[in-house]
Amino acid sequence: MVCKLCGPKLSLCGLVLSVWGVIQLTLMGVFYHIRAVALLEDLPLEEGHHDIDHFIANVEYGYTTNAQNCWIAALLYLVTLVVSGHQFWMNNRSSVSM
Amino acid sequence: MGSLFRSEEMTLCQLFLQSEAAYACVSELGELGLVQFRDLNPDVNAFQRKFVNEVRRCDEMERKLRYLEKEIRKDGIPMLEIPGECPEAPQPREMIDLEATFEKLENELREVNQNAEALKRNYLELTELKHILRKTQVFFDEHEGGANITTESMTRALISDDPNNHMGQVQLGYRDKQESLEFLPCFVAGVILRERIPAFERMLWRACRGNVFLRQAEIDTPLEDPSSSDQVYKSVFIIFFQGDQLKTRVKKICEGFRATLYPCPEAPADRREMAMGVMTRIEDLNTVLGQTQDHRHRVLVAAAKNIRNWFVKVRKIKAIYHTLNLFNLDVTQKCLIAECWVPALDMETIQLALRRGTERSGSSVPPILNRMETLEDPPTYNRNNKFTIAFQNLIYAYGVATYREVNPAPYTIITFPFLFAVMFGDLGHGALMAIFGFWMCYKEKPLQAKKIDSEIWNIFFGGRYIILLMGLFSMYTGLIYNDIFSKSLNIFGSSWRNNYNISTLETNKLLQLNPDSWDYLQAPYPFGIDPVWQLAEANKIIFMNAYKMKISIIIGVFHMLFGVCMSLWNHLYFKRRISIYVEFIPQIIFLTVLFFYMVLLMFMKWTFYGATIDHFGSQEPDIVKSSGFCAPSILITFINMMLFKTDENPRTQCDPTMYPGQIGLQKFFVLVALVCVPVMLFGKPYFIMQERKKRALQGLQPLAENAENGTAGGAPVPTSHHQDEEISEVFIHQAIHTIEYVLGSISHTASYLRLWALSLAHAQLAEVAWNMLLRKGLKSAGYEGGVFLYVVFAGWAAISVSILVLMEGLSAFLHTLRLHWVEFQSKFYAGEGYLFQPFSFEVILDSAGQAEE
Repeated sequence: MVCKLCGPKLSLCGLVLSVWGVIQLTLMGVFYHIRAVALLEDLPLEEGHHDIDHFIANVEYGYTTNAQNCWIAALLYLVTLVVSGHQFWMNNRSSVSM
Repeated sequence: MGSLFRSEEMTLCQLFLQSEAAYACVSELGELGLVQFRDLNPDVNAFQRKFVNEVRRCDEMERKLRYLEKEIRKDGIPMLEIPGECPEAPQPREMIDLEATFEKLENELREVNQNAEALKRNYLELTELKHILRKTQVFFDEHEGGANITTESMTRALISDDPNNHMGQVQLGYRDKQESLEFLPCFVAGVILRERIPAFERMLWRACRGNVFLRQAEIDTPLEDPSSSDQVYKSVFIIFFQGDQLKTRVKKICEGFRATLYPCPEAPADRREMAMGVMTRIEDLNTVLGQTQDHRHRVLVAAAKNIRNWFVKVRKIKAIYHTLNLFNLDVTQKCLIAECWVPALDMETIQLALRRGTERSGSSVPPILNRMETLEDPPTYNRNNKFTIAFQNLIYAYGVATYREVNPAPYTIITFPFLFAVMFGDLGHGALMAIFGFWMCYKEKPLQAKKIDSEIWNIFFGGRYIILLMGLFSMYTGLIYNDIFSKSLNIFGSSWRNNYNISTLETNKLLQLNPDSWDYLQAPYPFGIDPVWQLAEANKIIFMNAYKMKISIIIGVFHMLFGVCMSLWNHLYFKRRISIYVEFIPQIIFLTVLFFYMVLLMFMKWTFYGATIDHFGSQEPDIVKSSGFCAPSILITFINMMLFKTDENPRTQCDPTMYPGQIGLQKFFVLVALVCVPVMLFGKPYFIMQERKKRALQGLQPLAENAENGTAGGAPVPTSHHQDEEISEVFIHQAIHTIEYVLGSISHTASYLRLWALSLAHAQLAEVAWNMLLRKGLKSAGYEGGVFLYVVFAGWAAISVSILVLMEGLSAFLHTLRLHWVEFQSKFYAGEGYLFQPFSFEVILDSAGQAEE
């Protein structure tokens, strides 16, 4: 069996954080995907456009990459969720057996 | 069932109990937990009361139980929680049995412990001896192998060091068996704590000037110290020396270092024999020790099964005798007299319990429960459940309600979370709080059973329903403010459109959307604030401030008006007719004509002024007058109203007032408000003076007579009644009250602006957290941005929880508490009562259990 890496408190903290992270980042990814205007200010845009078409293309690209980035982060949190969930389970089991 | 609106009606009762039945009856009442006994002999010393002996015996029993419990804890035996119900209070004659049982158990345990300790000490000594024999064997073996060399070197050292000790050689004949150990000097062997060895060695060296030879070896296994039962590491040592003088010196040093010396025979054969003897004795001791331990364990396991039960029983007995000590003894010594407060609705239940108690004690004379008339203020008792108790405690923290006064708790259940949510409005943070609260409510029973000791946790857990409601209400206001972690949700589709052409968009950095055009669809967003405001960097805060300030004042004025209305119920209930006319009515008029009028002005401003469809940008006088351009400032209007002043309107196209006759009406309102002040100030003292004059004319004092007749059984007559106060005091009291109200209604209205201020602060802090942290993660381009986002999100989540939810939540909570205590309750709540504390086993056992931990 895999050894215990973290204590009960840290694993619980990781569990809560990763559940939150998965939910929020997945939703944010969806919102970026449907081009939510509220998230426009958080896009990585180049400075100084003079051409509206260029600007729109830039924004479109930003929305797509940010959606992907959010989902990547959500996936990472899913991994964290599995790890901390396992740790939490290990901690609980060991405390019961004691 | 009593209502939460007022506290329960209480009656003072006199209770006559036959001496034999008293114990059983009080025990039944304790199970019921609905009766508060009064101390009838307050001036009697605690040691001179009737049942002091019994209480002392209970104390003694409790001490014994605690000793038992400590021993059980030491052995790690699980103590059974009482399954299901608590045992009833035992009969008084059972007390002797219990005492005997505990006495026996304690003695047995003490004896066992003493024996065990003695045995252990013995065992320790034997083990040490065993080790000594084993280790010294090694020394001696080494010695005999190279005996000559060592001894010669030693003697040489001795001689050269100290010529006086030349005698040493002669003293070798000190022992009888010296022939066999011709070159061996004398020695002592012993055991010492390992950490003392270096100091011991140095001391020996210095004190004996290097004329001793110390060998030591560590004992690998730790030994148990019998007195403290600690595991200690020790070392065996053996010291060789010559001469009596050195011997005494060495022994002294050994004593000083708490080393234990053991006799060690010199002959190898003797040593072997001794070792054999020691081994057999250790084995014997081991079996005896094991048996002792078994016995102790058996005794403790048997005790552990019952100990919780016993604790409950003893505590109940003690509580009963403690209560009986509060009673008065009848002259004939046949019956006990008690006085108690009981809820009027529960008289039946109490009678029933008393009858049960009499039957149980087998007495024939039924107890008598007599209602008494009294002028004393009864205690305040609200029947709460686990949901309302949290809110009731918020009120009690300010002051316990005066008897039968309107209780603000039922309204607090809604207004408290609502006002909190106005300050904490954010869907995301509200959801976090609601989830936490919901989890605590959902897992209520297991969490309660866990009995976590942390104080902070207990505060959170006690307020779990408040937290849940605050979270839910915050989610609602978050939707209204359209704020979720400082972003907005566009659920219904914004009402604003961009009608600029491409060239304008390309050349301007900031553009305005004009509500007086088709930029705005002329139909508001269906629910809450339009999401587009989140993106209006230039004037978002200005817009939100205007909105939130007005909302705060509107909520505040309604809250205060509601508080003043509550005072009407108090006046009606306490039959203070004068107060209705000279306090309640002027108060409500004052508040209405000034502040409620201001609220009306706000609604007028919202509805009167705005764009007219199909006449956008029109310069026609009628259209302009009803456009946003002509909307007046409410604050300026209100200030002018108070100062009887009219400003020239600089916007000449507009009307000077909002509606015709405004100036005249406002002047009238202010005058009415001013008239209210002297009414509040002098009304009540005037009526009191009138009443006194009338009474003086009639020449009798019915009140005093009533008091004499009504008070039975020596209940002390309270002296508080405002009829007897000095008239000057009445004036002063009324003046303070009036000034407080008049100035208060101004400052309290302003005080509600904290709703706006905290809400603004919360929204801004949330935005800063988002912009400083999460935006950094979102703005990093490329796929590695995802990993960066993963890290940044954790930081943002930590900040969100610790600062935005915990700290901001705490500050909003405190401000809400203040708004309730000061702004709301000052309008009607006196809070001068005292709490009903019934004699209840449940409470006593709970507090005893807590004190233990």
